[in-house]
Amino acid sequence: MEGYLSLWDEYGARIMESFWANLQLTFWAFLISLVLGTLLAIMRISPIPSLRAFGTAYVNIFRNTPLTIIMAFGVLVLFGVFKLQISSDFNLNFFQIAIIGLSIYHAAFFCEAIRSGVNTVPLGQAEAARAIGLSFLPAAQLVILPQAFRGAIVPMGNVLIALIKNTTVALAGSVAEISGLMKTMIEYRADQGFLIFLTVALMFVIIVVPIGLLVTWLSKKLAVAR
Amino acid sequence: MKSDHQAQASSDGPIVELRGVNKHYGALHVLNDINLQVTKGEVVVILGPSGSGKSTLCRAINRLETIDDGTITIDGKVLPEEGKALAMLRADVGMVFQSFNLFAHKTIMENVTLGPIKVKGMKKSEADKVAMKLLERVGVANQAGKLPAQLSGGQQQRVAIARALAMRPKVMLFDEPTSALDPEMINEVLDTMVGLAKEGMTMLVVTHEMGFARKAADRVIFMADGQIVEQATPDEFFTNPKSARAKDFLGKLITNH
Repeated sequence: MEGYLSLWDEYGARIMESFWANLQLTFWAFLISLVLGTLLAIMRISPIPSLRAFGTAYVNIFRNTPLTIIMAFGVLVLFGVFKLQISSDFNLNFFQIAIIGLSIYHAAFFCEAIRSGVNTVPLGQAEAARAIGLSFLPAAQLVILPQAFRGAIVPMGNVLIALIKNTTVALAGSVAEISGLMKTMIEYRADQGFLIFLTVALMFVIIVVPIGLLVTWLSKKLAVAR
Repeated sequence: MKSDHQAQASSDGPIVELRGVNKHYGALHVLNDINLQVTKGEVVVILGPSGSGKSTLCRAINRLETIDDGTITIDGKVLPEEGKALAMLRADVGMVFQSFNLFAHKTIMENVTLGPIKVKGMKKSEADKVAMKLLERVGVANQAGKLPAQLSGGQQQRVAIARALAMRPKVMLFDEPTSALDPEMINEVLDTMVGLAKEGMTMLVVTHEMGFARKAADRVIFMADGQIVEQATPDEFFTNPKSARAKDFLGKLITNH
């Protein structure tokens, strides 16, 4: 126990700091990938064949590429070869590249989650929207998507939970986040190896469990009565 | 109200005209050389057995179904294939569906005001006023704040009629509006429709309700196998059908009722 407490003395501040990085990655990647995923979903249900094809291609490419490879690509190719410089701050630059990588990857999953929500909306809703003179975009915005989001809360929640845990892959993108620190701690404090794992795992559980409960509650509360 | 509807027409020609319309579902010739005119203020009822193409015909008029060839014109304008022009023409054609299709996430009031506000650019306060009047007219004004799922089928269908009327359409299409209703709710919807017909609304009604056809139709069209087999006044059609198909159809109805 003393050893574990001394670990906190030594690394406590960095543990919090690193985990905060994971939460920040989650927040920004969630926002961006949700917007991007919504746009992709609109493309995939649109009447314009070229947009549909683009949406389908995007989803197939990024859903089927390992996140680690997207992250490594960001750092080794976009930064390493093409010198992508979003921020002049060295560390912040990696952080932002990681956000982009996470967003691009999870947008494909959000797109599919939203599309599964679209499938919960009866065809008659779109027909009624068209029949009163709404064209595709207003019909999507006013009638289809509001119902689709309500029907997609559970799958979207699953994507969010996956995203939270996938922020640890930012390690591959040279971001100082919790799994990187975990590696360091295990290296220097091998005596506490098991507890280090448990601590980090528990931090994620503490964040993810309430989100899971919230998702279940929201999905019931916002369900569209038919 | 009568003057409202009639002020909409911009020409003296037919409100709806179909010329040489064909549609196939694979090998099935679901609309076979359909020619049809509906003049202003006319109530046309389409009868026929299931699968005769009557619903498809109704849905083709605002292009919820595409057609293979032929032309459909609404008040002199050829139905565009897609885009803004199609949306604008659809705004002039009211549609009432078998399954109501009220926007499930919006209140009754919002269902009726959505079109006027978003398509016609009406101010919300004005749209609310118009909607309230229409809801009063179809007898569901006291439900304005509820969601569609909280209403009975008959009430929902009357709201759907109000929603279509809110766009001040030149013609109203009814695609089997009472087929999904419990028997005791059919009359409240039919009464609303009869009221509309009496006010001079141009209507095209696909239905199995012979009583409505007798009471409100100016003309009955009998369809079978994708073709218009017979057209007549209701009196003539019900008492003296010409074609064997129509005789057969009416004979079956009588034995079933």
